[in-house]
Amino acid sequence: MEVVRLRVNGDERACGVPAHYTLLETLRYGLGLTGSKQGCDKGDCGACTVIVDGRAVLSCITPVWEAEGREVRTVEGLATATGLHPVQDEFDLNGAAQCGFCTPGILCSSVALLGRNPSPTRGEIRAALAGNLCRCTGYEKIYDAVEAAAARLNDR
Amino acid sequence: MSARGTGTIPPPARVRDGSPGKQAASRNGSGQGSETAPELAMIGRPMRKIDGRAKGTGRARYTDDIRLPGMLHGKILRSPHPHARIVAIDTSRAEALDGVHGAVTGRDMPTTYGIIPWTPDEYPLCVDKVRYVGDGVAAVAAVDEDTANAAVDLIDVEYEELPAYLDPHEAIAADGPYIHEPRRKGRNGNITKTVELAFGDVERGFEGSDLVVEGDYFFEGTTHTPIEPHCAIGLAEPDGRLTVWSATQVPHYLHRELARVLELDPARVRVVQPPVGGAFGGKSEPFDLEFCVARLSMITGRPVKILYTREEVFYSHRGRHPFHMRYRTGATRDGMLTAVDSRIVMDGGAYASFGLVTTYYSGQLLTAPYRMPAYRFHSTRAYTNKPACGPKRGHGSVQPRFAFEVQLDRIAEALEIDPIELRRRNFIGSDTRTVNDLRVTSNGFLECLDAVERASEWGRKYRRLPYGRGVGVAGSTYITGTNYPVYPNDMPQSGIQLQVDRSGRVAIFSGASEIGQGVDSMVTYIVAEELGVPLEHIRVLAGDTDFTPVDLGAYSSRVTFMLGNACIDAARRIKAMVQEAVAEAWGTKPREVLLAGGLAVMAGDTGTSMPLREAFNLAEAKFGTLGATGSYNTPKDVHGSYRGATIGASPAYSFTAHVAEVEVDPETGFVTVEKIWIAHDCGRALNPVLVEGQMEGSAYMGFAEALMEEQIFKTADQGRAGLHNAPSLLDYRIPTSLDTPALESLIIESIDPEGPYGAKEAGEGPLHPSIPAIANAIHDAVGVRMNSLPFSPPRVWRALQATGDGGRG
Repeated sequence: MEVVRLRVNGDERACGVPAHYTLLETLRYGLGLTGSKQGCDKGDCGACTVIVDGRAVLSCITPVWEAEGREVRTVEGLATATGLHPVQDEFDLNGAAQCGFCTPGILCSSVALLGRNPSPTRGEIRAALAGNLCRCTGYEKIYDAVEAAAARLNDR
Repeated sequence: MSARGTGTIPPPARVRDGSPGKQAASRNGSGQGSETAPELAMIGRPMRKIDGRAKGTGRARYTDDIRLPGMLHGKILRSPHPHARIVAIDTSRAEALDGVHGAVTGRDMPTTYGIIPWTPDEYPLCVDKVRYVGDGVAAVAAVDEDTANAAVDLIDVEYEELPAYLDPHEAIAADGPYIHEPRRKGRNGNITKTVELAFGDVERGFEGSDLVVEGDYFFEGTTHTPIEPHCAIGLAEPDGRLTVWSATQVPHYLHRELARVLELDPARVRVVQPPVGGAFGGKSEPFDLEFCVARLSMITGRPVKILYTREEVFYSHRGRHPFHMRYRTGATRDGMLTAVDSRIVMDGGAYASFGLVTTYYSGQLLTAPYRMPAYRFHSTRAYTNKPACGPKRGHGSVQPRFAFEVQLDRIAEALEIDPIELRRRNFIGSDTRTVNDLRVTSNGFLECLDAVERASEWGRKYRRLPYGRGVGVAGSTYITGTNYPVYPNDMPQSGIQLQVDRSGRVAIFSGASEIGQGVDSMVTYIVAEELGVPLEHIRVLAGDTDFTPVDLGAYSSRVTFMLGNACIDAARRIKAMVQEAVAEAWGTKPREVLLAGGLAVMAGDTGTSMPLREAFNLAEAKFGTLGATGSYNTPKDVHGSYRGATIGASPAYSFTAHVAEVEVDPETGFVTVEKIWIAHDCGRALNPVLVEGQMEGSAYMGFAEALMEEQIFKTADQGRAGLHNAPSLLDYRIPTSLDTPALESLIIESIDPEGPYGAKEAGEGPLHPSIPAIANAIHDAVGVRMNSLPFSPPRVWRALQATGDGGRG
């Protein structure tokens, strides 16, 4: 066990983990942040996607030590006390989540996309989500949700 | 946007106008639907799902998100051989490892089980034989996953290898040693089931045909790959109670099988089903991990969790059977079907699973939406030494539908009839019987054909697009649940319980399984509709066998129809009490009291009203604690009298038509599906957003099977017989966002006479036509018939080469 220090969703956290732990294992087993999901444990499915320094990152293949001292944002950190992030709200309104297991990762990829590109085209949304497998929706409603969220953020 | 805070969402402008009561076919039956059809306040509107916020914030707790104090981690040792006798197993070295708390082998649970009561052929862990690479032989529980992994490596198993059968035809031809001991002496132990049924005079039908089309088709196996791997937690308590949390679609069947196999009183066994992260049929029977966590917890006295690795999900499988199919289809010169004959060999894998039903479905579910004067099918399911096949979305009928709809396209081509017109001419109609005596009630198939024809601009495209581009059409039908349950009984198929609180809140206790399809939301919408309660005042407790009435599970597209009707039943009991109590207070008749929008209102006098909370309190004062149960059972005796006639009998059938538009690169054989138009008769869309989600998800999954997915295994020449070719989400290619075509949903509402508000299924039917529509579009594009799945570049390229002119014809 070694102590890793992370900044997660704005909080400074310290956590004892085995040296081989990934960021995902640390979040789920060390910090109890189970919103990020494990679907394949080898970087194929994207369910574990979190945001590290503004970029979408596969936490299941990120050694936790690589995240030390960086800004980690998970699905639990998207909403604020005043309400859901517009991407979360639009996912709900558009039926973009069915089983919901890929949703935390797709939300993080979407928020990271809108952070660097506030008005993505549908093609750019497709490209940005190409690392997140969804088995339920056929993706259409996910694109609708991200487009609607972008419009709302740009209206602010 | 701020107006969209909670509750209902304004209808979207596209696809379907959201006004309740809109219906494509203007039929009205006498069931639940028509009683309330004129005035629907909630049903039919786009609404949020009740679990959407929890899932979108990471607060929803799936099985693997649960950690119990003192919880151990389990791991299952799996067979490296496709077929072998177990000579000896020794777990002593594993048990001696520091941190290991217990181990089990097949001998600790030597009772067979199986989802179909007539074919129990699996043990929780193998006892005397392994039957595929990946079959479970022993399990351990340890303080953490690393220790459990180290421990399974210390289990010593001595095997005696047996010849492996990887091909179903070879398995059928063999005379032993069989994969399973025959249930009767002299039988072939490599065959699960053979079904041969004939309806009408098939030979005379062919003799009277102007055209007979024959074809051989192969449908490759595919698997579900839900993004959530299977996971289960067992907790045995000192008083003898056992709780199992599991990512299952069938908590009730799991409850029964756990009690039976572990020899426990069912009253002491509790199954809890947390939200499930996708299933598609892949979690619809008990699995080894559920028995293992239970048994290991009983041994260790500690909670035990097992989470499958992604590799293990591929071994657990129960996915689409590979089908080898031969079809003969006869027609008159004006395109009317005369006779259909099929011969199917199904590759079942190592265990029966639902295979008895699959074998029937392979023939039974083909007999609509087209009228067939005569029909015969002969289907055989073989055992092979590969992971067991089972029910994947569109169970048993997706493969024949592919072959048959390509046959229809060939008939249309030969007779120079537009393929949509050919399908219209053969339409079976509504309120009729199929050739195999299935009762069809509502049927919006013609409207489906019209919708895709119009939306896709078919008339402008079919046979008119430049070489390399094409459009194709296909149709289908599917069951809305089955009239007869998996184990014979006369009890309801779905039950529900409602409880009303003095605050105006309604609690729903539902045994149904939320697997992403939205069943918890569906019952919420119904309670809101019937009692006028705002959505945010309704709570759902679901999937807990200690506290919720029995629903048989989320399979065969049964839940909306069956649980929906049960929910209407319960809600109307409460409604009647509330109306009576309020009517008494107002000195009017109960039917003059309307419940809507959070109020009780006097009919025709909106000035007289009271908050629902007060109305509920009046009812509680009059009748005592307010609650009700509701149940639904299927119609019986609406099927033929032949053996097997009950299989395929459903209270209602959904109908679908697709048009697919493709681009084929003749240089590489690479097929790009540009778009699929999906028209689906779901009876009534209780929430069109969720129905569209089912339609698009289905079409996506069909597209994936058509072009990309193959659950295949290595042969001895390729290294090791029976080894899964690629048990990962990188190598087993499911479509990413960049692969998936544009999908457009066109909801058709035929208002079923027996469905809840007229609803039928939407979760499985819309998968079927994707595959033949794409095959037919490839033919329109480049003139080749794709008869084997998937339509991968090498296959398409070879087909083009075989024509000599690259298909230019």
